[in-house]
Amino acid sequence: MNKETKRVLIAETTFSWKKFFLKWEWFLVLIFIGINIMNSFISPYYLSVSGLLSATSSFLEKAFIVLPMVFILIMGDIDISVGSVVALSAVIMGESYNRLGLPMGLAIIICLLVGALCGFINGFILIKFKELAPMIVTLGTQILYRGIATMILKDQASTGLTSITWFSNLYWGSIFGIPYMLIVFIVFAVIFGYILHKTNFGRYLYAIGSNETAAHFSGVEVDKVRLITFTLTGLFSAVTAVFLASRMGSVRPNIAVGYELEAISMVVLGGISSAGGKGNFIGAIISIFIIGLLRYGLGLINIPSQVMLVVIGSLLILAVLIPQLNLGKYFRRKQGVVKEA
Amino acid sequence: MDKINLKKLINAREVSLFIVLILFGIFIQLRNPAFGTPKNINNMLINYSTTMVLAIGMMSVLLIGGIDISIGSILAFAGMVSALVIRDNPDTSVFVAIMIAVIVGGLCGLINGLVIAKGGVPPIIATMGSMNILRGLTYLVANNEWVAAYQINEGFKKFAMSKYLSFGLINNLIFIAFVIALVAYCFLKYTRLGRKIYAVGNNAQAAEISGINISRIKILVYTLMGILAGLSGALWVSLYASAQGDMGMGIEMDVIAACVIGGVSLAGGRGSVVGVLLGAITIAMLGNGLPLIGVSQFSLDAIKGAIIVLTVILNVLLQRQKLKNSLRRREI
Amino acid sequence: MSEYILELKGVTKIFPGVKALDRVQFQLKAGEIHALIGENGAGKSTLIKVITGVHKPDEGEIFINGERVNFRGPKDAQKAGIAAIYQHVTAYPHLTVTENIFMGHEIVRNKVVQWKEMHKEASELLAKLDADFSATDEMQSLSVAQQQLVEIAKALSMKAKIIIMDEPTAALSKNESERLYEVTEKLRDDGASIIFISHRFDDIFRLASRATVLRDSKYIDQFDIEGVTEKELITAMVGREITEMFPKIDVEIGEDVLRVEGLSRTGFFKDVSFNVREGEILGLTGLVGSRRTEVVEAIYGITKLDKGHVYLNGKEIHVKGPRHAMELGIGLLPEDRQQQGLILDWGLGRNVTLPVMKDISKKGITDEAKERSLSKNLLETVGVKALSIFDKASSLSGGNQQKVVVAKQLASKLKVIILDEPTKGVDVGAKAAIYEIIGELAKQGYAIILISSEMPEILGLCDRVVVMCEGRVTGEFDRREVSQEKILEKAMAKRTIG
Repeated sequence: MNKETKRVLIAETTFSWKKFFLKWEWFLVLIFIGINIMNSFISPYYLSVSGLLSATSSFLEKAFIVLPMVFILIMGDIDISVGSVVALSAVIMGESYNRLGLPMGLAIIICLLVGALCGFINGFILIKFKELAPMIVTLGTQILYRGIATMILKDQASTGLTSITWFSNLYWGSIFGIPYMLIVFIVFAVIFGYILHKTNFGRYLYAIGSNETAAHFSGVEVDKVRLITFTLTGLFSAVTAVFLASRMGSVRPNIAVGYELEAISMVVLGGISSAGGKGNFIGAIISIFIIGLLRYGLGLINIPSQVMLVVIGSLLILAVLIPQLNLGKYFRRKQGVVKEA
Repeated sequence: MDKINLKKLINAREVSLFIVLILFGIFIQLRNPAFGTPKNINNMLINYSTTMVLAIGMMSVLLIGGIDISIGSILAFAGMVSALVIRDNPDTSVFVAIMIAVIVGGLCGLINGLVIAKGGVPPIIATMGSMNILRGLTYLVANNEWVAAYQINEGFKKFAMSKYLSFGLINNLIFIAFVIALVAYCFLKYTRLGRKIYAVGNNAQAAEISGINISRIKILVYTLMGILAGLSGALWVSLYASAQGDMGMGIEMDVIAACVIGGVSLAGGRGSVVGVLLGAITIAMLGNGLPLIGVSQFSLDAIKGAIIVLTVILNVLLQRQKLKNSLRRREI
Repeated sequence: MSEYILELKGVTKIFPGVKALDRVQFQLKAGEIHALIGENGAGKSTLIKVITGVHKPDEGEIFINGERVNFRGPKDAQKAGIAAIYQHVTAYPHLTVTENIFMGHEIVRNKVVQWKEMHKEASELLAKLDADFSATDEMQSLSVAQQQLVEIAKALSMKAKIIIMDEPTAALSKNESERLYEVTEKLRDDGASIIFISHRFDDIFRLASRATVLRDSKYIDQFDIEGVTEKELITAMVGREITEMFPKIDVEIGEDVLRVEGLSRTGFFKDVSFNVREGEILGLTGLVGSRRTEVVEAIYGITKLDKGHVYLNGKEIHVKGPRHAMELGIGLLPEDRQQQGLILDWGLGRNVTLPVMKDISKKGITDEAKERSLSKNLLETVGVKALSIFDKASSLSGGNQQKVVVAKQLASKLKVIILDEPTKGVDVGAKAAIYEIIGELAKQGYAIILISSEMPEILGLCDRVVVMCEGRVTGEFDRREVSQEKILEKAMAKRTIG
């Protein structure tokens, strides 16, 4: 319909080695390798299959929260209630089994439902009261959910979960030497990564995080996406609760304190902007292993666990701070270009 | 008519909260006469004096639309440093011990402020990070030990039990909390700087146009928060006559709850010292009074959480009603 | 001393790509109420911002009492006694009236803010303005009219000599407007000089003694209100030659596609009805505050209607949201291209396919090859000047960005396309291209609603024109009978209610 000679646009993806190697993920890979080298110096047994597997198992149960948390941050939101959701769903699972005498299988299902419900409530409040920031809502529910867990169990613990062999095996068991939990994690990680990068839903998450208004005008059902994502986050917090309970054999209301920090740190370190719209799934996965193995290594040389708090806290701030500082310059340059045009 | 009622409701928020508090107090008193005794009231106020001090700092942070969840850790870190100095120098005076905590807290707050204002890190992420860093450091500086009562000099331990600051009138901690409330009230109301904090929280754009340096205000507010958290650390150590790594953990929740109940808007711009004081007293009465009438200690957090969630939702509903009314008034 | 308290000579202001003011002159006599009038985009707002020190003029001089001044920022203008009262009040909502009046210039003695004095002065100011609220009321509990009084009080408290009112009556009812007139006259009688911007002839004839007309960023004329007629003012505002930039393609107009009846949304618009047919371009026009955008956003499901019916192809529909609207066949090209139309960080291709992800996927899994070919096709159809479909939307010029937004609409199977100010901030060449695309769309049988503030566009492109004023439809014209004057008269229609 244009009178001029029709302009042809390039629509083929081109591959540039330079771009490929300038990705943040490579930086993460370098850190990852560095930490592995460090760990192998610390422990001669580290670089064996069993050594690596036991190192991995030491932190993997929390990693299930990271998967949906990636979605949350891509969307430009935040959820700091996840630790409390872990505690509440675990406590209800333990009590369903111990106090109500339900079979463990049913207790697990209840646990997952409770987690999903907690997430759903977060999402529901957010879409019904759009004036409220996710930080505020999840801060409130963080207190509420753990408060309910405390109300149920007081200062007691729900114990005796070790007596069910198959339940213990969820965490401790393995097939051909590979822990079940690792297999489950890999399956879910692949699914979440696929959803984020290959499906409409993933595209919508990026759209909302980049410009929620434009996404809404373009027909993206923002409310639905937000509700699903928060519900998923609750559900996978409950998955973490199941594995955590399986490892410890008992649950208390004060488990999983600070998990939100670790999950958010892992996501942010993975190069996913806390402002939304940017980042790759693989980055978050590498960061899970960076932080997890770092903790494991420091544990091996008996460095107090509190050092880890300092390290993770610093990583969180630096991971947000450093790109921000660069971005400032980059942004100014970009605006200049637009003005010229 | 509608308009006037609503206006009254909003303006009289402190008044209605006060009435609710009185009724709540009477209710508890009727169920358990132990509540209203001067001794219990005194204990309650002493135990929650740190919450009051922190809530006043948190109000100024919330006023500019920020948040600080690291206050529990600042409290612990500053308190621990101060306690360690006392342990190693038994002749440290009370004043020096408190000043150490205040300075340490102030520095922590300053760093928070710089990271947020200059580094552009969202407040929740910045303070979540410093919350963990400082908690870790608290354990580390103390070598994972705690400072026990026998390691703290008598003067400092007695400080929390004496009344000498007010020349025998009321307990020192309560006195400090009220003095700080008074100072904050005057600062926010009677100084230009205080007015600027309100301006930034109400309409940052308008504030910037009128020449207010927003990042400087942010740094100021987080530093003040740090100073008050540091002070609370010293008070805490004196009150419990010991310093432990996990002290003040989770206190930010009580403090934010106090602010929300006291009518501080989490979106910034609205809040008063009187409201926050009443909010803190509400938290104190919940903590002290509910167990007296048979509500389990373990239900308190759930109640607080529910109150926070419901209050913020209620605020949104009120705000919407207001907007709707003003639209209805706009004739076409 | 000069005859004029404020005088501007040859003021030019250039924004990237646009000359917002072109050698404009303006004279304000001491103690007069001076109306500043012109269509949307005539340059009034820019002129105000130059006077209040927000923008620095690129050329020209400003004199106050005959002395040349050079404002470095809004503070300087304030010191010189200039205050502006905007339509969208720039207040501190949670604070009291007194606090709002004195924010930034509190009465301070020994570094202590003097509340008693401030309350007293605020109350006095309010009494002077006949305000029916007290100085201790919270700002957000006041009506727009009351908030404006607070802003006026603020201007008085700063001892402003020159008070600028930017469309102060736009959001007021008739009674409220009358009150404002009285206050304004009182201010004048007390010695203030007032610049009054308005779209209402009511205001102009009731208040002003003189009027300055701007058009297309230029000074046109200055009138003594006594003896001037509405007609003369309208002619001055619109008196441009319409050049043949618009090759109107003749299209056979078919059946009704979209018909709306009695649409109302409390506080925004009331009783809006119109229809648009197959192949027809319906112009929807009006001045600032006519709420055209609010009407189409409600049709598109962004906001909810309180009353009224929407019919598509004769069947009543209830749009639940933008997704639903698109599925039904209604598309909206939003007014704010950068905030609502595009994701600037994204490539062009992804922007185009975002609304139709469902069509280019199987079971929710995106078919990227299909996506690329579809977006390539559509972007080439509208003739976007770019290298590849992966170019970032932010890298394009305004006109090309707009073409991308059009391409977005073409991806869905639409019957009605609503374009809200599609040529805003677009250069002349790109405008012509967009007009051509609009004509082409009509030819393909789309029903088109074109919202525009640009008269030539409305006159040149549209088959029919609906004029809105303050949330109501005030006129409808056929292509043959329409003229600039008729439109403007309806757009500034006197209010019949209120």
